[in-house]
Amino acid sequence: MTTEFSKKLPEIMTRRSAESLLSRSGQAMTIIGVSLLALILGYSLWTLPPFSDRMVTLVSDNMAISGVENPVTAVLLNFRGYDTLLEIGVLLLAVVAVFSIAPSPALLATSPPSPMATLLLRLLLPFVVLVGGYILWVGSYAPGGAFQAGAVLAAGGILFTTVTARWHPLANKAIPFAMGAGLLIFVLVALATMMVTGNFLQYPETRAGMLILLIEAAATMSIAVILTLLFVGGEPGEISPAQGENKHTVSFNKENRSE
Amino acid sequence: MSLNEVLQPMSLPAWLVALPLLAAGLSVVMPRCSVWTAFFSAITTPFLVVCLGREIFFHGSIEIHVGGWQTPLGISLYADGLSTAMLGVTALVFGIVTFYARPYFSGHAVARHFWPLWLFLWSALNALFLSADIFNLYVTLELLGLSAVALVALSQTGDALTAAMRYLLVSLTGSLMYLMGVAFLYAANGTLSLKMLAIVGPASPSVVTAFALMAAGLIMKSALFPMHFWLPPAHANAPAPVSAVLSALVVKASFYILVRLWVMLFEPSIPAIVAQLLGILGMAAIIWGSVQALLAERLKLLVAYSTVAQIGYLFLVFPLSLLPQVGKTAWQGGLYFLFSHACAKSAVFLAAGTVIHTFGHDRINELHGIVRRLPVSMFAFGLAGVSLIGLPPSGGFIAKWLYLNASLSGGQWWWGVLIILGGLMSTAYIFRFFSRAFSHSEEIVGERPAPRGMEWTAFTLALCSLILGLIPGSVIKMLEIGNPF
Amino acid sequence: MTVPNMYALVGVGLLCMGLYGLVMHSHLVRKILALNVSGSGVFLFLVALADQTPGPTPDPVPHAMVLTGIVVAVSATALALALACRIQQVNGTLRLSDNEPE
Repeated sequence: MTTEFSKKLPEIMTRRSAESLLSRSGQAMTIIGVSLLALILGYSLWTLPPFSDRMVTLVSDNMAISGVENPVTAVLLNFRGYDTLLEIGVLLLAVVAVFSIAPSPALLATSPPSPMATLLLRLLLPFVVLVGGYILWVGSYAPGGAFQAGAVLAAGGILFTTVTARWHPLANKAIPFAMGAGLLIFVLVALATMMVTGNFLQYPETRAGMLILLIEAAATMSIAVILTLLFVGGEPGEISPAQGENKHTVSFNKENRSE
Repeated sequence: MSLNEVLQPMSLPAWLVALPLLAAGLSVVMPRCSVWTAFFSAITTPFLVVCLGREIFFHGSIEIHVGGWQTPLGISLYADGLSTAMLGVTALVFGIVTFYARPYFSGHAVARHFWPLWLFLWSALNALFLSADIFNLYVTLELLGLSAVALVALSQTGDALTAAMRYLLVSLTGSLMYLMGVAFLYAANGTLSLKMLAIVGPASPSVVTAFALMAAGLIMKSALFPMHFWLPPAHANAPAPVSAVLSALVVKASFYILVRLWVMLFEPSIPAIVAQLLGILGMAAIIWGSVQALLAERLKLLVAYSTVAQIGYLFLVFPLSLLPQVGKTAWQGGLYFLFSHACAKSAVFLAAGTVIHTFGHDRINELHGIVRRLPVSMFAFGLAGVSLIGLPPSGGFIAKWLYLNASLSGGQWWWGVLIILGGLMSTAYIFRFFSRAFSHSEEIVGERPAPRGMEWTAFTLALCSLILGLIPGSVIKMLEIGNPF
Repeated sequence: MTVPNMYALVGVGLLCMGLYGLVMHSHLVRKILALNVSGSGVFLFLVALADQTPGPTPDPVPHAMVLTGIVVAVSATALALALACRIQQVNGTLRLSDNEPE
């Protein structure tokens, strides 16, 4: 029996399951490698020097001139606002990329909405907008801000999208503007501040709070629209009758088409 | 407000980031003007880079504090010789390939998605080369990776989509490892600014771990052997202008970050064996990439494997730079390699794209005598091949000469042998295609004539790689500004 | 072991588990989920860091880093899922095969 097993062992070790690309021995090696990584990282964590409070003191020292009272918003929109600018660029990039990958109009709801769903929407959506607006406003004083508000509004948008079959044509036309407004307004404000104060993204002290709110408002709208569109997975539009076939494949390499 | 005030030297780095971002946003909002915004960007950005270059040439490197906050509270953008040279190569390649992409994509439905993605890629590269903050580098890396993946997927064939997915998974894993490294560095030092981190103490486990994590992530993104498996399908199946820019610039961006981190932060703390390990991986990349290029059946696949090999050359800079007197020569060689490869490889990919456009396929065994149909493109291929092989007078020759100098004077002669061997292998695979293209056989009838723009842009880029071989003095002088090494 | 350190260790553990899942599974959606788990691990690590300040107030910079990181991760996941959907439409399968390009 043992000889049979030892004959089978190499086959067992290298056999691939349907689940995984790795053979059994590959899986074992991966587990060992990953555990080693965890041990090394844990050990480095243990031997970290005590955390310095340099950043905390710097932030609290400069809060008075930052224009807001919430330290996280101050860091996000003022001290390290450049990161946020690029991050909003990443969001816009993601939605353009998703549009480019999904050529056919994206499916919205396929059946007419039930009356329960319509009632739910009618009751919930105003509150969603109200809560979103409040979170945007309170971000200057307490936890909150543009991204959080955008996420809440996007939740309302997703709810709306799962129920309705198509959007108002005016909404469809406004989508590119709503998507791009966050990034464009942020960049334009940054360039304008550069003309005024001489430094990129340096707000004049008296206007800092107002500029931050302006940037956040535009960003909230953009984030909400972008997150909803990311959920939809493409440009919302009319669903053509022959939906199964994908007719929009563009091939730059004709060879692939003939295969 | 006069133009002079707007273009103050202190604002040039900011314009270099803001302008492509603005153009990208505008081309999303107004798709009909996207081509013109792209052209405007393609013309003004190189101009801005030239202004920046002049500025740092006469007045030394520039550091601007975004938001007016001093580090470590804020983020700073740093333009020294190295970053300006990278910006210059980016502007050159992107500018020229933009004029290739216009005829390439004309009439295709995906064109309106191409231009915003293209401009986002450009702004990501600019932001990356200027950044001096390790978390900001993470955000730019993500911007870069996502736009590159989306551009690869634009071909919309099954192979391109799978390749894009692989690329995305590897890219995201790399970014996560890098971010973990950033977290460890921040935990140990309390700052995110590269310059302040440069005063890192002696090797503690957390510093070594942070380096290992960041290096692992960046190596995945630079496609160094053995993490190269995503590159050949991605670069071979992407649209031609995208392949050109990916091979020329995107894989070099993570390499640039690794170089910066190595030089500024980690070199004193990391044992020398790590550098030797990177060199060995580079050697494996050169050998493996060249062998696979010799076996490839499609032209674009051959060129993509050639990129794998050439990236191996870049990583030889780490062991060579540790040698006592010639360390600087090694750095100059590595960077010269980067610049000349950027021009040459993009020219080759553009020429390959023209071949596919004209004949409908790129199977090497069936491309006999195509020099009669595409003389300019084949000439461009030849010139770029000269640089890739490393023959004088080209940028590739200067780079190899600097490397050989460093390795032979420094005593580690085996790298020199490897470089010569690599040159022989690249000669083999370049001529494998070349001999067929120039052979005397019945003329293949092309399906479509190639637009002039496509042929001449490839030629211009190939010419640039040759010109790089004629101006080594000024390039090296430029690299020394700000003493990056 | 202090409580913040424990969260950081859990974060490290999540990162490693996610990496294992990423390498091991062949189904695309499982790979994407594994990447998300890894990302959550890194973010948890950062948030745990923020509590390590000697004083009473936590450090807001890692909080801002995590906020940015979450947004970037959401964008990347959305792109990955859109790609996966398209791959299923075009290739008919959601499992990445192992073959080298021909």
